[in-house]
Amino acid sequence: MSRLRDLLDSGSFVVTGEIAPPLGTDLSAMRASVETIAPVCDAVNVTDNQGASLHLSSLAASRVVLEMGHEPIFQQTCRDRNRLALQSDMLAAWTLGLTNLLAVTGDDPRGGDHPEAKGVFDLDSTQLAQVASGFNAGHDMKGRDLKGATDFFIGAAMFPEAEPWDVQQARIEEKIAAGVRFFQTQAVFDIDKLARAVDVAHAHGAKVIAGILVLRSPRVIRFINERLAGLMVPAHVAQRIERAEDAAAEAVVLATEQAREIAHVADGIHVMALGLDAAVPTIVRDAGIRD
Amino acid sequence: MIITRPRDWDRVRAQIADLGATSVFIMGCGQCATVANTGGEAEILAAKERLEADGVTVTGWSVGEVACHAGGQRLEARKHAGELEAADAVLVLACGAGVQTMADATTKPVTPGLESVFLGNVVRHGVFEERCQMCGDCVLDRTAGICPVTACPKGLLNGPCGGMWDGMCEVLTDRECTHVAIRRRLAEQNRSKAGAPLPPKDYSKKLKPGRVDIRADRKRTGEGR
Repeated sequence: MSRLRDLLDSGSFVVTGEIAPPLGTDLSAMRASVETIAPVCDAVNVTDNQGASLHLSSLAASRVVLEMGHEPIFQQTCRDRNRLALQSDMLAAWTLGLTNLLAVTGDDPRGGDHPEAKGVFDLDSTQLAQVASGFNAGHDMKGRDLKGATDFFIGAAMFPEAEPWDVQQARIEEKIAAGVRFFQTQAVFDIDKLARAVDVAHAHGAKVIAGILVLRSPRVIRFINERLAGLMVPAHVAQRIERAEDAAAEAVVLATEQAREIAHVADGIHVMALGLDAAVPTIVRDAGIRD
Repeated sequence: MIITRPRDWDRVRAQIADLGATSVFIMGCGQCATVANTGGEAEILAAKERLEADGVTVTGWSVGEVACHAGGQRLEARKHAGELEAADAVLVLACGAGVQTMADATTKPVTPGLESVFLGNVVRHGVFEERCQMCGDCVLDRTAGICPVTACPKGLLNGPCGGMWDGMCEVLTDRECTHVAIRRRLAEQNRSKAGAPLPPKDYSKKLKPGRVDIRADRKRTGEGR
């Protein structure tokens, strides 16, 4: 059973973190990352070839997190697998004890480390959530009964700050209709825009875990603004990190402030440490979310 | 029309060398490759010059009416039978369909001089854009006449994806997000309800190799008699 679901259902403010499986078979760095962040998290996302770059599979790495005594959120992108492989891996995930599923589109291969790869996108994230809902109801994409159903807690991504808002709002509603019960958002810098997204999700009974980036250096900010979506990090935030004597320390203070603000609006925070794992317990503690 | 691009000439030169050919016949296409400026008379004469500069004899050349028409290509081969006979190989400046049609029309080894890239709209002379993937399962009735399978770099039926920012695409950052454009046009036409979510695509409609036989269809249904 998903503890994340139980906590959100009971109205608890949750904390999720994120780990990336290794490029290779040595799990020691990933385990260290889990040991650092998972004790202050209610669940930990395990990315699926993040940035369209090769990593050990989320399926295997999620199981490792589970065996370490923590709750993983198994991420599945639509980029690398067709509908047969996606369904097969979702069945495998359930038998491996993975109860939280985050259905996302996935970055385009041309931005990753194998730009020659064919992007599959046989399904999109909404359709993948529909398939997972079907699994929970005991049937596959073709409507055939499964010998043993699933009971996934189905999540999806959301970008509260992206305009046009009417398009984003429609997407949130479509995903909820597809069976999504929780959202994890891209980084949030404008709390009012987060609030409008939370209102839409709550109106349909879904929860929102808001994203926080640990912007540990001006270089990281440049990378995010150039390589990830849009000019996500606003100028005033970028300047604050650039002008700080200790950029990493300032990033932690900033993230803590954001966590405090989000606690008034959303159902949880999703801390993306961007390599600064040790900051996660500090942020969670200093924001007063955990003792 | 089928959009083609010239193949890198070093590669074409290597293909001809691999065949051990010292004499070549060049076949173009009077339709798409002529419009694309890749396989018309001008491009054939340019290829002829390059081949001759490489020391290869060009025994003759032709621009048939349309390179992918089996009967037309056989006729073209008969018209140039002597020149073809004198050549060690045939260089075809047409799409992959045209290359294969020529390969069926002659016993000589045939080699491609172009890359076939997409089914294109002619935006204006010399400017082509891909708007249709020929998926066999058209969704344009639901997407305001804008194909998400083609125009969205990820080919998502439902979107935008998580990378859309300020209405723009995350992959091709100078372009509007296809799904934003679709939703706007649907709204303008008071058709918002007609939009997403679309069901997963039926790729069995596009199984290779495609074949349409309207004669057999007519015979079966008894129509057109």
